[in-house]
Amino acid sequence: MTLRILYFARLRERFGVNEETLDFAGATAADLVAHLQARGGAWAEELAAGRAFRVAINQDIVALDAALPDHAEVAIFPPVTGG
Amino acid sequence: MKILVQTQAFDLGAEVGAMRQGRTDIGAIASFVGLARDMNEGSGVAAMTLEHYPAMTEKALAKLVDEACARWSLQDVTVIHRVGRLLPGDPIVLVAVASQHRGEAFAACEFIMDYLKTQAPFWKKEETPAGERWVDARASDDAAAARWNLS
Repeated sequence: MTLRILYFARLRERFGVNEETLDFAGATAADLVAHLQARGGAWAEELAAGRAFRVAINQDIVALDAALPDHAEVAIFPPVTGG
Repeated sequence: MKILVQTQAFDLGAEVGAMRQGRTDIGAIASFVGLARDMNEGSGVAAMTLEHYPAMTEKALAKLVDEACARWSLQDVTVIHRVGRLLPGDPIVLVAVASQHRGEAFAACEFIMDYLKTQAPFWKKEETPAGERWVDARASDDAAAARWNLS
């Protein structure tokens, strides 16, 4: 499947990327996170188990076991700090 | 219902006035304004920049207003959140809730702020004497949202 992935705030800065398009064979948000973690460096650090980050699929925050629809817009970001 | 994400400042009096305009059925309006502080986590803050996720922000705010309307009988809700660079003392967020009686207005206003703090995709970056830093989420915000049994 093809995914559009967006990064925000501290994660955008650490990864050095705002957004990317990825051809991906996994099924869930957790699969995607594992795939990105395998890039090593800041990816491995920031997405390690126990680190606080959020995943949204098509603009809704989801749990990591959520299924990834084809052509989904996935966003990965730190816990929010607005208000 | 009015939901806005904007760079410019807002005026609480004008927003409450607009809410009351032409109607006499409202019995209570509760409002909250969040301000940028000059101090956080022990250091001075000269300015902050609010980043957001444009495609998601208004959707997330609309969802929390819908949830508030499902829980309480509300007559009107206004939520305005600013983005961009803000200085100490600047207003960041406004929530105003109109209902027939105060209990619902107070509760819904607090609910919307607690929900917004943990669900709406905004991030603050502060300018301090030691350089720029991203604000970390607070465990107390999660605890405040958990009181409402959010899914």
